[in-house]
Amino acid sequence: MRSPEPLIFEISKPGRKAYSLPALDVPAKSLEDLLPASEIRSEPADLPEVSEVDLVRHFTRLSQLNHGVDIGFYPLGSCTMKYNPKINEEVANLPGFNCIHPYVPEELAQGALQLMYEFQDYLAEIAGMDHVSLQPAAGAHGELTGILIIRAYHRSRNDLKRTKILIPDAAHGTNPASAALGGFTVVEVPSDSRGGVDIEALEEAMDETVAGLMLTNPNTLGLFDENIERIEKIVHGKGGLLYYDGANANAILGISRPGDMGFDVLHFNVHKTFGTPHGGGGPGSGPVAVKAFLEPFLPVPTVVLDNGKYRLDYDKPQTIGQMKSFYGNFLVMVKGYAYIRSLGPDGLREASRNAVLNANYILRRILEYYDLPYDRHCKHEFVVSPSRIKRNTGVRTLDISKRLLDYGVHPPTNYFPMIVDEALMVEPTETESKETLDYFADVLIAIAKEAYENPESVKSAPHTTVVGRLDEAGAARNLNVRWERPE
Amino acid sequence: MNFLPNTDKDREDMLKVIGVGSIEELFSDVPSSLRFQGGLNIPPGLSEYELAKHMAGLASTNTAQDFVNFIGAGSYDHYIPSVVRHVLGRSEFYTAYTPYQAEISQAVLQSIYEYQTMICELTGMEAANASMYDGASAAAESVTIASGLTRRKRALVSKSVHPEARTVISTYAEAQDIQVEEIDYKNGVTDVGCLAGRLGNDVACVVVQQPNFFGLLEPVDEISARVREAGATYIVSVNPMSLGLLRPPVEYGADIVVGEGQVFGNPMAFGGPYLGVMAVNKKYLRRMPGRLVGMTTDGQGRRGFVLTLQTREQHIRRERATSNICSNQALNALAATVYLSWVGKKGIREVGEQCVQKAAYLAGKISGIKGFSIAWEAPFFNEFTVKCPVDAGKVVDALLEKGIIAGYPLGRSYPELKDHLLIAVTEKRTRQEMDDLVAGLEGLA
Repeated sequence: MRSPEPLIFEISKPGRKAYSLPALDVPAKSLEDLLPASEIRSEPADLPEVSEVDLVRHFTRLSQLNHGVDIGFYPLGSCTMKYNPKINEEVANLPGFNCIHPYVPEELAQGALQLMYEFQDYLAEIAGMDHVSLQPAAGAHGELTGILIIRAYHRSRNDLKRTKILIPDAAHGTNPASAALGGFTVVEVPSDSRGGVDIEALEEAMDETVAGLMLTNPNTLGLFDENIERIEKIVHGKGGLLYYDGANANAILGISRPGDMGFDVLHFNVHKTFGTPHGGGGPGSGPVAVKAFLEPFLPVPTVVLDNGKYRLDYDKPQTIGQMKSFYGNFLVMVKGYAYIRSLGPDGLREASRNAVLNANYILRRILEYYDLPYDRHCKHEFVVSPSRIKRNTGVRTLDISKRLLDYGVHPPTNYFPMIVDEALMVEPTETESKETLDYFADVLIAIAKEAYENPESVKSAPHTTVVGRLDEAGAARNLNVRWERPE
Repeated sequence: MNFLPNTDKDREDMLKVIGVGSIEELFSDVPSSLRFQGGLNIPPGLSEYELAKHMAGLASTNTAQDFVNFIGAGSYDHYIPSVVRHVLGRSEFYTAYTPYQAEISQAVLQSIYEYQTMICELTGMEAANASMYDGASAAAESVTIASGLTRRKRALVSKSVHPEARTVISTYAEAQDIQVEEIDYKNGVTDVGCLAGRLGNDVACVVVQQPNFFGLLEPVDEISARVREAGATYIVSVNPMSLGLLRPPVEYGADIVVGEGQVFGNPMAFGGPYLGVMAVNKKYLRRMPGRLVGMTTDGQGRRGFVLTLQTREQHIRRERATSNICSNQALNALAATVYLSWVGKKGIREVGEQCVQKAAYLAGKISGIKGFSIAWEAPFFNEFTVKCPVDAGKVVDALLEKGIIAGYPLGRSYPELKDHLLIAVTEKRTRQEMDDLVAGLEGLA
C-alpha cells in the first residue's frame, strides 16, 4: 500500500529554498522611495520553504497516489478518457507556441493564427457547420456561449417572448446550469421508453415562448435519438433553435454531422473528442460552431484570412461580446489541431467506429449480471444498472465502483443520468484493447459474484488504496479548505 | 496515424460476441438520410514524424518568441523554473480527470488543497476555489455572486480594470439583467468622486483592479469606505504576483478577490490556458462557483482530501447551481502550486522587489527622453504608462526593427490614449534589454 504524503507546508523549514534569481542589475533604490510604506506587506505570505529536491520528491510521490489514463483503464462515461498522444504534448511545448504574448503584433504570430484558422475550418467541417469560435475554455463555457448566441439571435429579431430552454431529463447537469446562467428558464422534457426524447411531451412543451432545445446525440444513455428529424421539425417549426451538446461527439466523427441533423449551434469538447488531456480537471477547450445565420453573434475575435495574412477580426457589431480574455485556451487548440492532423478523415471515422464497437462489446459481456434499461445497441457509451444485485445483496453502484479501485480500474460514472436507478455509465473509448475490455468485464462479473458471496467485502471497499472511503459529509460539516500552521 | 490497438481479428471476435455482422450494423439507428457520405474535407492523416515537422514549421512561422517583450497588459513574461514542466509532465496528473473518485485522486486533491492554502496566504482571504477559466471570467462570475447575494442589479466597474475583463463582465451580466456601469478614471486611477456619485443602495458591487490596467496603485482604502457605506460587495482583481510584496486585499476590505494566475508558472502561450484565481470570505463561500477541496478522514481516521460543498455545483444542483462551470484550469493551478513552492516565502518577495526596482529604473530612463513622459504620478508595481510624442502604435512598429516589442499601445482599448504606451517588466528583463529599449525610443524623439 502506498503511504500518504505530507503537505508541502509540513515539510517546509525556515531558511530552505529552491529558487534562484539573477542578481538585480539596476541600481537599487530604497523600496520606500518607490512605494508608499502603507502599500507594502507587513507580514510575508506564509509560502513553503523547501529545497528543489524536497519539492520534486513531494510532487512525484504525491503523483503516485493518482490514477490516470497512462496508468490504467478509465471508462468514465461522458468524459471520453481516451489516450492522449505524447507527440501532442511535445509540440505544444515548442517555444514558438509557448513564448508569445497574446498582444504581439499579428505579423509576429502568423503561425499561431494560421493554426487557429485551420482548426476553425476543420471543426466546422466535422460539425457540418459554417463558422467557429475557439474562445470558450471548456464544454460548459461553450454551452453558455451557444445559449447567449441563441438569446442574441432572438433579440435581434425583436422576439423577446422566448424565455425558456427545453432540456431532456437525461442531459448533462451543465446544460440546465448554462441555460439558467444565460438568463433562461429551464423546462425539462422527459425521455420515452426507447431512451430518446418523448416526442409528444416535446410537442406539448414547444411553443413561441421557447428559445431552443439543448440536445446531446447520442444522449447520455449512449443512444442515438432515432427521432432527430422529427425533433428538428418540431423545434424549428415553432421558431426555436437547436443546440448540440458535443460531449458525446466521439460516437459520430465522419459518420453523421450535427449540422446535417439540423442543429444550429454546438460546442465540441476538444479535451474529450480530440484527445487532449484532462489535466486533473482542466484546462479544456470548448469551441462553438454555428450555421451561417448565427455568425454575426459569435464572440470576438475570430481568425480570418485577408490577402494571404491571418488576422484577428473584432468587427462584429452584433457579437455577444467576449467569453474570456484573449482567444481561448491556445495550447489546448495546438494539441487538438495536432490530433486531427494525425488522424485525418479516415482516422477520425475509425476512432468513432471503434469507440462504438468497444462499448457494445463490454455491454454484451456483462449483461448476465447487470441490467440494461433500454435494450438497444449503444453508441460510444452505455448505461447499466446493478438493480438485481442491489435487490438481492444490498450492494450498490457506489460499492461496485469502490471495489473496482482495488482492481486498478477507474470506475464508470456513477448515478448519472438520474433517470436510471443506480446508473453505471461506461465509456471505454477506441484506444483500449480487447484485452483491457475483457479484463474490465471479468472484474465487473467477479464483483457481481462477490456481492452475492461476500457483500461486506464489496461494501467496505476499497481495500488497497492509500485511503479508504472518505467522510464527505464530515468534510462539508467541518469545513477545512486551507491548511493552518499549528500554534 | 491512429491509436487503435485492436486487430482485425479482435474486431471479428468482438462482433461475434455482440451478435452483429459488422460495425456498420451498430449504427443502424442513425437515419440513412443523416449518414455522412464520403470523406470529411480535412487533410489526410500524418505520421508522427510528418506531424512533428509540420508543427515545428507552424511554431517557427511565429517570430514573437525571438523578440524582447515589454508587453504586460494581463499576461506577464516571468521565469518558469524547470520543476514546473517536470511536475506537470507527470502523466498521473495530466491524464487524470476531475477527482470525483477521491481514493485514487489524492494527488490532484491534495495539490489543490495546497493551492487553495497558498492563494489564501497571498490574498488574506478565508477560502479560495480550485480555479476558474481565467482572471476575466472569474471577475464576471464574482459579479454574479454579488448580485445574487445583495439582490441588486447594478454593477459599477472602473474603467481602469482590464478592458477584456470589462467586456467579459458585460457579456455575463447582460444575460442576467445586471446593468454594468463604467466609472471613469482620473490621473490614471479610479475617479473616487465619480464612483461616490454613482453609488447607492441599489448597487450590487464595485469592481476595481490593483494594480490597475495602467499599472498604477488604486486608492483602494478610499474606495473600500465608499463601497461599505453603500452595502455593496467589493470585488478586487489583483495581479497575484504583486502580493508577495504588496499588502493583501483583505487589509483593504475586499469581499471577493479575483486575478489572473498566469503569472505563477504558466507561459504566455498566445493567451491561454491561464488560471482564474478566486478567493472569498466565508460569507460568500456557499455562493462561490467552481470546485473546492476540503480535508477529511477515512474510516480509520487517516487524513484525506475530497471535493466538498458540491451541492453548489451543476452536476448536483443543475439549473439552481451557483455557476455552470465544470472543467476548470486544474493543471494551471498545479503549475502555480509548484511555482509558489519553488519561489517560496522569500523568493516571491524578491521577485516583487525586482519587478518594482526594474520598472522604476526603466521609467526613470524613459522620462529623461525628450518628448516622452510618465503619464501619471501614482506609484506602480511592474508596469507603467508612457506618454509618447507620436502614436504609440507607431512606436511599437519602429522598435520591432531592433528586436523589441516595446509595449501595449493603449489606444487599442482607450481611443483617448492613442499616444500612450503601456510598458511592463519582470525579473527577466535585464538592464541591457531596458537600455536597448531606451536607446530605441531616443531614436524616435
